[in-house]
Amino acid sequence: MRWLRKNFIGIFAILVLIYLFIPIAVIMVLSFNNPVGKFNLSWNEFSTDAWTGLCDVPGVCSSFVKSVEIGLMSTLFATILGTMISFALVRYRFRGRSTTNLLIFLPMATPEVVMGASLLALFLNMKFPLGILTITVAHIMFIISFVVVTVKARLQGMDPRLEEAARDLYAGPRAVFRYVTFPLVLPGILGAALLGFSLSFDDFIISYFNAGTMVTFPIFIWGAAQRGIPVQVNALATLVFLIALAIVLGGQFVNYRRRKKLEAPLAVPSAPPMVADAMSRS
Amino acid sequence: MAAVIPQAAATKPSSVAARKSRTGYLLLFPGIAWLGVFFAIPLVTLFATSLQTPIEGKTGKYQPGFAVGNYADAIAQYWPQFLRSFLYAGTATLLALAIAYPLAYFIAFRAGKWRSLMLVLVVAPSFASFLLRTYAWKTILADDGVITSTLNNLHLLPDGRILNTWIAVVAGLTYNFLPFMILPLYAALEKIDPRFIEAASDLYASPVTAFRKITWPLSLPGVVAGTLLTFIPAAGDYINASLLGSPKNRMIGNAIQNNFIEFRDYPMASALSFILMAIILVLVFTYIRRAGTEDLV
Repeated sequence: MRWLRKNFIGIFAILVLIYLFIPIAVIMVLSFNNPVGKFNLSWNEFSTDAWTGLCDVPGVCSSFVKSVEIGLMSTLFATILGTMISFALVRYRFRGRSTTNLLIFLPMATPEVVMGASLLALFLNMKFPLGILTITVAHIMFIISFVVVTVKARLQGMDPRLEEAARDLYAGPRAVFRYVTFPLVLPGILGAALLGFSLSFDDFIISYFNAGTMVTFPIFIWGAAQRGIPVQVNALATLVFLIALAIVLGGQFVNYRRRKKLEAPLAVPSAPPMVADAMSRS
Repeated sequence: MAAVIPQAAATKPSSVAARKSRTGYLLLFPGIAWLGVFFAIPLVTLFATSLQTPIEGKTGKYQPGFAVGNYADAIAQYWPQFLRSFLYAGTATLLALAIAYPLAYFIAFRAGKWRSLMLVLVVAPSFASFLLRTYAWKTILADDGVITSTLNNLHLLPDGRILNTWIAVVAGLTYNFLPFMILPLYAALEKIDPRFIEAASDLYASPVTAFRKITWPLSLPGVVAGTLLTFIPAAGDYINASLLGSPKNRMIGNAIQNNFIEFRDYPMASALSFILMAIILVLVFTYIRRAGTEDLV
């Protein structure tokens, strides 16, 4: 009884983590299901059909590829634009700083329906054709803020003595940037890109408003939800989940090894504090 | 909101002292221009659209106007959806806070070397499709499922079921936005120096008092950030209401989506979006201000 009281928070924490993974388990288990009828909602019998024929249902793979394309394009642009803004915010003085901060904060505080609807209003008024271009433009817009928050935190958490040391050793501004600043910020940029891709790949609401007849993976799932989601969708979602998890765990492992090797207390802020940091700062 | 900034600039060590040059503006311009053109201007367009009037004889066509009455119509017709959105989102936010706080506390103070792994586990579920995760709750909360039948045996469910009721919608919202609550809470708790808590207990504070006087007040920035990050997307969400609720549980997001995409009543949809945005911004600013002046500092 005393043990239970002492470890209550620990037990609760583990239960919450399990709770977070219940739907993931359901998605995975049902990817091996052979459902009765169209709706893959309850277990019937074991089958690997979905895994061996990932593209057998029309529309599944083409929408998946579209989402990957949109994700890569918008992540590339948003990461570049967002990283530039972060450098300006941390390293330069300029006028209109509070307006800039507000413009970066607001997209994160705006419900997706409002952003989706307002962009659609703009495109309709301009008579701009909806499709892959409008979706990508929208995704770049809402990812930029998240990139800024992530990269800015990394820049601020950097030990200034490292750059000082480089300058003391007669490195020019370019060399300092290339051999010291950039390599130190890179993990933050990569983290931001990963976050950006996952936001874009999984976005439904903003995409749906601005898609026209274009079908991304989430839009395909939405349409299929009414008439039964093909088992292949579960298999693909499982695959994406496992790949993303592997990338993140791999990154953590590299980080851990490097930190052990250096044995130096280099500040390596992980993703979470940054979001909160941005929220509390803005 | 901007009060923090000069202070941040002042504390910067002299070696990386902020430079004032054209480079700063050049770095800033492309991204800020993008946000201006595709975030700020659309909001203006949205406002203009919300005041448009229909063109006689042509359905689905609208002309610029100043129809303030659109707003009155929007509220008269959709106030239940607004009310429901804020009730559901509010309940989900409180539930998320109650679930997230102990976990964030554990990760910040007790997890030791498991800390980064646990953080990865908090984020990991988001790598599986949002829509599919929500859809999975249909299976978990099914009428013949374990949860529903257990609760039914205890006679705890008023309707005898969970799926297609408000309970399912709130459960879905709580689940989906939980990581947005956990991460800011963790970030705030992690900054607390454990010696403060030790000092409190050295001065004969009971664990409860130490929590009430030290940990909780110091974690308030995280509570504010977490509740906002959970409440805002939850209030605008319509996926949970569509997949897990019945037509009686539709939220304001459903109304905006239907009016924009199905009915093509753009002025109505725009007015609804604008009201939602305005209510949320008012809530956000009063909340930040209140928490900010009274407890944050």
